[in-house]
Amino acid sequence: MLVRILVLLYLAGAPALAQTLCQPNASNGYMVRISIKTALGNQAYEWNENEMFLFRATMAFAMRRYYETKTYNVDNIIVCDQTPRVSFWFVVTSPDNAAMLTPKADVEKAVSMSRNRINNAFLLTDRTLEFLGIDPTLVEPVNPNTPPWLIVFGVVIGAVCAGIIVMLVSSLLQKRRKEKGIVEDGQDEEDRQMKGVENGNILDGSYNRGFTDDDRFTKL
Amino acid sequence: MRFPKLPNPGLDDRIPSHQELERMEKEEAGDRPKWDNKTQYMLTCVGFCVGLGNVWRFPYLCQSHGGGAFMIPFLILLVLEGIPLLHLEFAIGQRLRSGSVGVWTAINPYLTGVGVASLSVSFLVGMYYNTIIAWVMWYFFNSFQSPLPWSQCPVNANLTALVSECARSSPVDYFWYRDTLNTSASIGDSGGLQWWMVLCLLCAWLVLYVCCLRGIETTGKAVYITSTLPYVVLTIFLIRGLTLKGSLDGIKFLFTPDLNELMNPSTWLDAGAQVFYSFSLAFGGLISFSSYNSVHNNCEQDAVIISIINGFTSVYAATVIYSIIGFRATERFDDCLGGNILALLNAFSLPEGNITEGNYAESLQNLNGTFPEIVRGLNLKTCDLQTFLSQGVEGTGLAFIVFTEAITKMPVSPLWSILFFIMLFCLGLSTMFGSIEGVVVPLQDLNIFPKRWPKEAITGIVCLVSFIVALIFAQSSGNYWLALFDSFAGSIPLLVIAFCEMVAVVYIYGIDRFNKDIEFMIGHKPNIFWQVTWRFISPLIVLVIFIFYFITKVSSNVTYIAWNPSSADFPTLEVLEYPAWIYAIIFILAGIPSLLVPGMATFKLIQTCCCNKNVYRAEVDTVSAKVQMEIS
Repeated sequence: MLVRILVLLYLAGAPALAQTLCQPNASNGYMVRISIKTALGNQAYEWNENEMFLFRATMAFAMRRYYETKTYNVDNIIVCDQTPRVSFWFVVTSPDNAAMLTPKADVEKAVSMSRNRINNAFLLTDRTLEFLGIDPTLVEPVNPNTPPWLIVFGVVIGAVCAGIIVMLVSSLLQKRRKEKGIVEDGQDEEDRQMKGVENGNILDGSYNRGFTDDDRFTKL
Repeated sequence: MRFPKLPNPGLDDRIPSHQELERMEKEEAGDRPKWDNKTQYMLTCVGFCVGLGNVWRFPYLCQSHGGGAFMIPFLILLVLEGIPLLHLEFAIGQRLRSGSVGVWTAINPYLTGVGVASLSVSFLVGMYYNTIIAWVMWYFFNSFQSPLPWSQCPVNANLTALVSECARSSPVDYFWYRDTLNTSASIGDSGGLQWWMVLCLLCAWLVLYVCCLRGIETTGKAVYITSTLPYVVLTIFLIRGLTLKGSLDGIKFLFTPDLNELMNPSTWLDAGAQVFYSFSLAFGGLISFSSYNSVHNNCEQDAVIISIINGFTSVYAATVIYSIIGFRATERFDDCLGGNILALLNAFSLPEGNITEGNYAESLQNLNGTFPEIVRGLNLKTCDLQTFLSQGVEGTGLAFIVFTEAITKMPVSPLWSILFFIMLFCLGLSTMFGSIEGVVVPLQDLNIFPKRWPKEAITGIVCLVSFIVALIFAQSSGNYWLALFDSFAGSIPLLVIAFCEMVAVVYIYGIDRFNKDIEFMIGHKPNIFWQVTWRFISPLIVLVIFIFYFITKVSSNVTYIAWNPSSADFPTLEVLEYPAWIYAIIFILAGIPSLLVPGMATFKLIQTCCCNKNVYRAEVDTVSAKVQMEIS
């Protein structure tokens, strides 16, 4: 009989106990702020008791994942001070002793570990599902082995150097061809002089050897 | 009545006569390069004139001097100062068929200094201009990734927070000042060469070399792309910009006229300076380009057409830039307002959507009435669209900070970034063609290098020397050096040279002879407009601008702005005074080119008196002129 009275008292007092455990600015609690409309715009869902249940279940999942041995339940996540903003406070009680709260640091580590899963459960992000006091995990920047700009630089420099070499080589070839052309013209000049060409006009008629200028070649 | 002119003996012996010109034209004598067609010539001149200044200096001037009202002094001075000077340079180049040194030496050997001053200014300006192109290339190379590297702050070493310098300023500021420039806190603190900048600088000079290898043979082909692509990209940006929210606010802001600004003399002076620098006059490049034309080319028409294109491009670019700036300002305003609304919602635990942009003012009033302490404690920022719009920026700040930030907010950012920086690259490169022309051709005329050296070698040496000296700008303090060069090397000497050019043509060459030359070349004498502007108006305007600039620079304390993360007002740029030894550098940049004009004249005078060399003996033996005569 006494045991039944005690059980009844306990069942009646548990919620009251829970309420005293969870208070705004509680030492082991965190405040959560949710901005559904900002995140989802037209596809925003309404925040109601079912969503709150999902939150508590997700938090229990996060605690289980962190500890790996303790079995947290939805009842261990106590929520209070809900506002229309959609913000509320929550505390986590230990599964072994409903009156004891899990320390703040452990809750923080558990949340950080499963942050991605918690966000995705609500289709939100670090910014729109805020745990005040727990900094969002910074994404480690993707560092490729070669910075992408070096690749583009390499392509451009390669093309430019190829262009320079092609043009210099073609200039050189052009010059050589010109010089060859001039040398050949020079030899034509000599031949034409031998054949008695005067002032560029090829003379018609018989060729009088007496007037050839071969003193150039034979020197007495 | 003949217009007064100074005595100039032996002029006829130094320049080809009209008959000789006709003969050269018919026989196509001499191996002087020629344009393949008129289009190449026009595109090259347009490319030289239209440069980065049209995109990032003119819109700023327009917006800060009364918007639409700025068009009035700009257009007036374009007509009175820009077009006459342009026509003068085209005509004198076409008539005397020579680069800048050849032309002024032919007019009078004592004027060689004008050509040499043009050479030195082209060299100094070319050096720092190509460094800007190197910066553009760096941003271009970095645009091939998503997300763009300047869209978010990097994370610090232990992954706990964003890098402090970035968090206090902004990702675009951080990327520009730290990742790109790695800027030091003052100009004295050199900080060593930044290897990535050296690579980009090397790339910029190599690209320039490959385009200028054979002179106008290669640049003439390159300009088909570099002069036309900017217009295509500007149009694409205009269409994109007009579809963005807030762009029309930007355009309205740009063009809203404030006629009171016309009373302000600095508006007129800025307009005059902008017209002058925008036309790339006094560099010598335009004289060179027009000397490759046929003798009877209509240079008067060309001057008018190019001036109109230049003016139109300035206005068009301003429209595009300000449509994007309007978008950015609206985004900033929305962010500011959004932040305030969020703060209010959080503080009073109101449901989302209770306070919107529409009812923000009255909601704030209500809350302030009931809970003034809480509202005050939130430190709400004042969000004013006009303030954001009037954060007018010019120069590198516009391109690398403001515009890049706007690009990150557009969808498919890498595409817009690539397009934007290709446009800046083309604008800069086509201007560099004229700079290189203004350096290489006078060097050939002065016979500094042996004649048998091919043009490729001379261009290569010029590019190599410029690259090595431009390594100054690849240091940590490079940005400050560039600003120094920009203020002094590219301002006062050009005004001096332009003034000397006009005096030389009108008073030493003789305006009457010049008129007859133009009549010979294009078939009719220049009309009264040209006469009045050449003789009085344009020289007067240039003189006034020069005096104003000189007095302002000399009387004011020369300061520069520096990026110093440890300064009190960070991220506002710190205003520092130049150290004392900088004044020597300023003298070298601004003083020496200007003093070359009287300096060379004195040198030639000494040559005549002491060495008994008769300077008037036609010793014009310039490669570009090919006039070799000796009077015995």
